[in-house]
Amino acid sequence: MLGFVIQRFIQAVGVMAVMSVIVFCGVYAIGNPIDIVIPPEATQDIREDAIRRLGLDQPLYRQYFIFMSNLLQGDLGRSFVYNIPVLDLIGGRLPATLELVLISVISATFIGVTLGIYAGYRPESWLARTIMAVSVLGFSVPSFWVGLILILTFAVNLGWLPAGGRGDTVMIAGIEWSFPTLNGLSHILLPAINLALFKLAMMIRLARAGTREIMLTDTIKFARAAGLSEATILRRHLLKLISIPIITVFGLELGSTLAFAVVTETIFSWPGVGKLIIDSIAVLDRPVMVAYLILVAFLFVTINFVIDLVFALIDPRVRNGVSA
Amino acid sequence: MNDASTPLRRFWAEFRENRIAVVALAVVVLMILLAIFASLVSPQNPYDLANLSLMDSRRPPGFVGSGGYTHLLGTDPQGRDLLSAIFYGLRISIQIGLAAGFVSLTIGTALGILAAYKGGRIEALVMRLVDLQLSFPAILLALVIVALLGQGKVQLIGALVAAQYAYFARTAYGAAKAERGKDYIEAALATPLSARLVVMRHLLPNCTPPLIVVATVQIANSISLEATLSFLGLGLPVTEPSLGMLISNGFPYMMSGRYWISVYPGVALIILIVAINIVGDQVRDQFNPRLRK
Amino acid sequence: MTDPVLSVENLCTHFFTRAGVVKAVDGVSFDLARGEIMGLVGESGSGKTVTGFSLLGLVDPPGRIVRGSVRLAGTELTTLPDARLRALRGREISMIFQDPIATLNPMLTIGQQMKLAIDAHERLSRRAATARSTELLTQVGIPSAAARLRAYPHEFSGGMRQRVAIAIALLHRPAVIVADEPTTALDVSIQAQILLQMRDLARETGTAMIWISHDLAVVSSLASKLAVMYAGRIVEQGPTATLLRDPRHPYTAGLIASLPAMTKPGTPLTQIRGTTPSLLSLPPGCPFAPRCGKTTDRCREEPALTEENGRGWRCFHPEGSNQEVPA
Repeated sequence: MLGFVIQRFIQAVGVMAVMSVIVFCGVYAIGNPIDIVIPPEATQDIREDAIRRLGLDQPLYRQYFIFMSNLLQGDLGRSFVYNIPVLDLIGGRLPATLELVLISVISATFIGVTLGIYAGYRPESWLARTIMAVSVLGFSVPSFWVGLILILTFAVNLGWLPAGGRGDTVMIAGIEWSFPTLNGLSHILLPAINLALFKLAMMIRLARAGTREIMLTDTIKFARAAGLSEATILRRHLLKLISIPIITVFGLELGSTLAFAVVTETIFSWPGVGKLIIDSIAVLDRPVMVAYLILVAFLFVTINFVIDLVFALIDPRVRNGVSA
Repeated sequence: MNDASTPLRRFWAEFRENRIAVVALAVVVLMILLAIFASLVSPQNPYDLANLSLMDSRRPPGFVGSGGYTHLLGTDPQGRDLLSAIFYGLRISIQIGLAAGFVSLTIGTALGILAAYKGGRIEALVMRLVDLQLSFPAILLALVIVALLGQGKVQLIGALVAAQYAYFARTAYGAAKAERGKDYIEAALATPLSARLVVMRHLLPNCTPPLIVVATVQIANSISLEATLSFLGLGLPVTEPSLGMLISNGFPYMMSGRYWISVYPGVALIILIVAINIVGDQVRDQFNPRLRK
Repeated sequence: MTDPVLSVENLCTHFFTRAGVVKAVDGVSFDLARGEIMGLVGESGSGKTVTGFSLLGLVDPPGRIVRGSVRLAGTELTTLPDARLRALRGREISMIFQDPIATLNPMLTIGQQMKLAIDAHERLSRRAATARSTELLTQVGIPSAAARLRAYPHEFSGGMRQRVAIAIALLHRPAVIVADEPTTALDVSIQAQILLQMRDLARETGTAMIWISHDLAVVSSLASKLAVMYAGRIVEQGPTATLLRDPRHPYTAGLIASLPAMTKPGTPLTQIRGTTPSLLSLPPGCPFAPRCGKTTDRCREEPALTEENGRGWRCFHPEGSNQEVPA
């Protein structure tokens, strides 16, 4: 078990290192950022001074080493545009994104798994067919379009909910949150639905496919032959067997939802990191882009690592080192 | 069961039983035709500046413009007939989706079969890369690449391919690997049969059904991803507005009640994507031996 | 014969598929006495397993029992409401399957799975349930049973897993156990052990058993009575010894002739020509006719059951006795 954890940890660190190189090289190949921070009419002296100050005169590998050593000290550089430390910039925006993502993914998982198990258990019922039709929609309709329609319906036409912004927030543990206030909740509702819909469809499909497959296995037949009630079979056997793919996808989706928040945040003017990165790409604010990508990569690797550990805890085969 | 018929005909007979899938297929075919013949069916050439008049901009559906014809779906901020713009936008969206889909299919399949066939270090390297990429959200990857390469049709297709080839590689690899492990392939390789023959005759045909399924889904995804990127302002240049850009153009006017500029291109986009997905679903069910009774 | 514990009459289970109706079980009848072991023999696809599932009411859609009766200790099962049928499953009639790797849930310990099977029918304290589970595991030959309750299925060998499955099936001392090729997936040596153990257990507990197998040799060493299935029907049944010595149905005769033990060493084994027919497109009449050497025009009709001295067969031209069924 300990060996497994250490092995996975080393793997995670390795992936992180590779990602940092890829991200750094990739992003630093874009355009010349000096043209953005320095007005075109500036003198050559001011220009060169700025290049030196930002370290852009160093060779690329030197820039990477400076970047890495700074990164390990928690210094990700300063935004070219805002001229404040990137970490502060992103740190200030991250809670908004995390709040949105967590609310979306968790509710999508609970609702989606429930609906999916039902749809897989009674595939011929009309309710199951309805659930699946909705999931096909949620799966194929682009999320920016759903956001648009949500705004058009609930904000423009009905006027029930605000079209954007974060609303009133409450400070808890030094971080601002929207969900505890009624006004904040009304602001988060539409973006959360927007972001959750795709995940919901995905969870429904996953749970349905898993349920259908598992219900046909001899494990379930044998449990029935032993006289177990359907409720017990679903609760004790199915839920346990289906948990492995669900947890895997939950982890993956947490990461990809973080990325997809880019779209939702842009539509709903949600002041999170997603909106920040879109703005930064538009003006080639390299430190912010690099930091954001490193952050996403870091969250990805961390989530995968945690998922591996969770597997080891719930699946006896992994725990004992048997390949399942 | 009619054993005398060809597999294709049997496939179609089964496909035909799902009425919704048949309708969806008809819709897909219709939309492709509309895209191909956009210049014939459009009441106006929306990109001929001589046709446009700012007087006609942002008019509601049914408005009779200075060109003398009725704008069934209204006009956009530049005064273009929205219906015509949608037909032309459809053309660009489908072009991008098909191009990205086929390039990803080719590259992904080649990589997947290579990994399964060669094994060893190549297999480890290729599949590690593919897995790493699959765990990374496609949209983010596409975002970075568009940011890197700049805007344009080729860059956009490049970004979509980079974001999607991995799905094909995974699928081809899975199917080819399963087949590669079977005794008859080992036996075939032991005979002086050329490697190419093994790949072409045995590995590739076995990958085909799952790849067709992935291809349908991924073409729909390409179209959707392209629309999303265009919506975020990172897609095609303004001179070639796809459906996504038409939607994006109308977004600022939505708050003031001029819904049609965004909504109608969006409806066209949704119908296209949903129809492709329904067809893909049916094809997948038909290819899945476990669901067949 | 005393009152049978299980009595099956004209059981028909059909599958309503897209391609047509598959008559997997088509008019099966037999009786099983208390403590008796019956072998149900046939090729794969002959409907043995579906017969087993039908007895427990476990046929999955699109299949369903369309006709016939299954009486367990006087209770008609085919018309029983789901809840009451469930209460009988595992308690009065239970089943074990071919592949022990697939039957046990890999995510639950053996103890948890046994507890679930106990809870389905009885309210026992945790301690009593553990005691009962340990006792049964010991009975089926699992060493240090109490400790093994905390183990997961993957920690057992295939043979041990099958023993666990047998222990679960025996938890409530059912009157009937349906064993669907439970030793086919195991090594030959372990197969023999489990076979003998099952026979002894059945004898001790008075449990009757239906042993489903494609292997006539395995079944005949165990069962006192045989039923031979072909294309969804029982074509011949009777006491094992009689059937082996003096088969009437040409199919039974073919099966026996293809057994290595029944053939002189050095002579080639005989085989039944042709393959199992598709149950979808079964022509009317005797289903074995296309593969039979004795087929005549009469075989285009379905042969009725001929009964004689506690045995029965369905054939117009039976082997051995040279007697033709009068037209």
